[in-house]
Amino acid sequence: MAQAPVLPRGFELPVKQRLPRIGSIDQVAVEARAGELAKRSIKKESKIWALELALRCCDLTTLEGSDTPGKVAALCSKAIRPDPTDPSIPSVAAICVYPNLIATAKERLAGSGVKIASVATYFPSGQAPLDVKVRDVEDAVALGADEIDMVIDRGAFLSGRYAKVYEEIVRIKEACGDAHLKVILEVSELGTYDNVRRASLLAMAAGGDFIKTSTGKLPGAATLPVQLVMLEAIRDVHEETGRKVGMKPAGGIRTSKNAIQYLVQVHETLGPDWLTPDLYRIGASSLVNDILMQLRTQKTGAYSGKDYFTVD
Amino acid sequence: MTDVEKRQDRSPVPTDWTYAPAPESTDIVTIEERYGLYIGGEWLAAKDHFTTISPRDEAPLAEVGQAGEADVHTAVAAARDAFTSWSKLPGAERAKYMFRIARILAERSREFAVLESLNGGKPIKESRDVDLPLAAAHFFYYAGWADKLEYAFPNRTPKPLGVCGQIIPWNFPMLMLSWKIAPALAAGNTVVLKPAETTPLTALLFCDVLRQAGVPPGVVNIITGDGSTGAALVDSDVDKIAFTGSTEVGKAIQRRLAGSDKKLSLELGGKAANIVFDDCAIDQAVEGIVNGIYFNQGHVCCAGSRLFVQESIYEPVVAKLKQRMTTLRVGDPLDKNTDVGAINSREQLTRIEQLVEAGKEEGAEIYQPPCRLPEKGYWFVPTVFTNVAQSYRIAQEEIFGPVLTVLTFRTPDEAVEKANNTPYGLSAGVWTEKGSRILWMAERLRAGVVWANTFNRFDPTSPFGGYKESGFGREGGLHGMEPYLSFDVAEASG
Repeated sequence: MAQAPVLPRGFELPVKQRLPRIGSIDQVAVEARAGELAKRSIKKESKIWALELALRCCDLTTLEGSDTPGKVAALCSKAIRPDPTDPSIPSVAAICVYPNLIATAKERLAGSGVKIASVATYFPSGQAPLDVKVRDVEDAVALGADEIDMVIDRGAFLSGRYAKVYEEIVRIKEACGDAHLKVILEVSELGTYDNVRRASLLAMAAGGDFIKTSTGKLPGAATLPVQLVMLEAIRDVHEETGRKVGMKPAGGIRTSKNAIQYLVQVHETLGPDWLTPDLYRIGASSLVNDILMQLRTQKTGAYSGKDYFTVD
Repeated sequence: MTDVEKRQDRSPVPTDWTYAPAPESTDIVTIEERYGLYIGGEWLAAKDHFTTISPRDEAPLAEVGQAGEADVHTAVAAARDAFTSWSKLPGAERAKYMFRIARILAERSREFAVLESLNGGKPIKESRDVDLPLAAAHFFYYAGWADKLEYAFPNRTPKPLGVCGQIIPWNFPMLMLSWKIAPALAAGNTVVLKPAETTPLTALLFCDVLRQAGVPPGVVNIITGDGSTGAALVDSDVDKIAFTGSTEVGKAIQRRLAGSDKKLSLELGGKAANIVFDDCAIDQAVEGIVNGIYFNQGHVCCAGSRLFVQESIYEPVVAKLKQRMTTLRVGDPLDKNTDVGAINSREQLTRIEQLVEAGKEEGAEIYQPPCRLPEKGYWFVPTVFTNVAQSYRIAQEEIFGPVLTVLTFRTPDEAVEKANNTPYGLSAGVWTEKGSRILWMAERLRAGVVWANTFNRFDPTSPFGGYKESGFGREGGLHGMEPYLSFDVAEASG
């Protein structure tokens, strides 16, 4: 029998009609859509619901060279009981720290249900040999991290070596074991929405449980249009494979109003299934107090001041 | 480890996020019980009146004057009187009044937006973010031309025409008013304008803006009424008729004016093709499809009502479109979260229902997202028809409602051929990442506007108008000045 000629690499023959493998993003239109969704007016009980959800989805974060056990201990208390005066206020989803502080966090959070997320893989640059990164992850998991926030190799991505980026994520995912893996794309270094989409698909294909916008170490981190692009990528993966990948915007979300805009986008793009800490997180530090202040305002009808909420 | 109270419990997690109502307050608007006719800078009582309602709950809003033939003549005479001095004002003086109008419209935009949504049924987010800002922008823009006409039309001696009779539709009441009045005033004409029967209130509120701006009496006259008022205006002693509305009425006006020396410009119906190529940015294209047809309940003459999808991506695009339609929020136009408001009138609702029935009978497959409609008022669920043949009525006739028909094509040539295969030619949309293809398509599509990777985007600087049965004459941009000017060739040679 004659042998069929071999297809060029990367040329796939879909069995049925489907979207282009990668697809592209129109910058003007995606920003317009994000702007439209940001105008939703969320009031009264739906606002309280959203604020509590935002709180439940928070990864309370401290990622500084100056972090100490004392600082992290305080943060853990905050994570468990964000507002000590109001027991109805829920805990946040997780705290996010450097590997050195996992032990402190583990002790403080034991039995609380608040997860420990640790950054790893030579955070924030990711510019180190793969075995160093793998070791970084293994250590963090051994120390007790429930979740690993890794960074992709932007150097490899921007120079077109997608396979390298992909293989690294696969290796890190293996090293994670049972720990959940969040893949940080560092969108402000990717430059275009097309790249954000491409990196999102790459991270999901390689096994990431979450895709995350940023390290929080650069200006111009999470934005509404960037999240929209990532949500649409998540939706496409879900439609084609049935797999549900989580989303985590991080960096620059400081106000309740802004947090609600992010949630509205999730609600109207992926639907209510994603409105849970299992599939949605917000990486933030100062956001929590603003949410607490807004929640108290909604419940009491009067604004209190910043000094009525603890700075941790 | 004892200093922190441990918590196992999480608060119970509700599963559904229902947005609480976010109604825009109507306190800002004062509606009179009864309106007369605004003629010669004064309110004249009308003999007969009719009731204008809100399509969101069918509640009566006000009694509005029904201008008869005599009233029309009074209005035209007032405009004729005012023309003598208005047309002799230096352009910069006319611009002064127009800039004032623009500023006042911007200042009072919330008031106008609320009234527009109340009387017309369009979502407040559209009247607030689209209609009113654009209406003000048109006055700003045309004010700028008023003193530059000699430069805009060199060696052609532009002169005003005289009295312009203007008849506008109900889909964008304030925006159409500004499209009509702004260039007319900039050119030095005076105006008698008749707003649509179902949406007269913002035009009547505009009379207060004219008063505030100190526009001389008679320069702009607003008369309300039904089709017979419009017919009387067409027959009256005006120098020009500008009409935006249905093709049927447009043809009747043209027949009426045949043989007279009244100038005419018509902006009529459409059945725009929105063409989606397989290399487009798909999620944004889906957004554009939705905006193209469900914006303003599809009451848009340039609505992208015929969707052409390249057959290779037909299924995923339709799946995405249907998914997106489930998130459209249909309901109270005054709620800030409403995406699709009320159908403008019982009459229009009936027409939409009839055409949708015809579509079902002809064998098209209908999809409507699950949706709870208010009990009172006029509503129609956003609808998409698939399995549509080019020959079906729903693919040929203008529905002027939130109803989309989906057709397919295989090659760019076929897309052009099918898109042009309509008696209309007002607008078209092209979705592709390929710049060269956009230009190739734009050259071949016989439509007044071709949008690339966007839809329903307007700007005062950009001309708008149709081919074939979509009308003639352009509005917007410098082109929009021409229908309001006469050019005296003899003077240039003498």
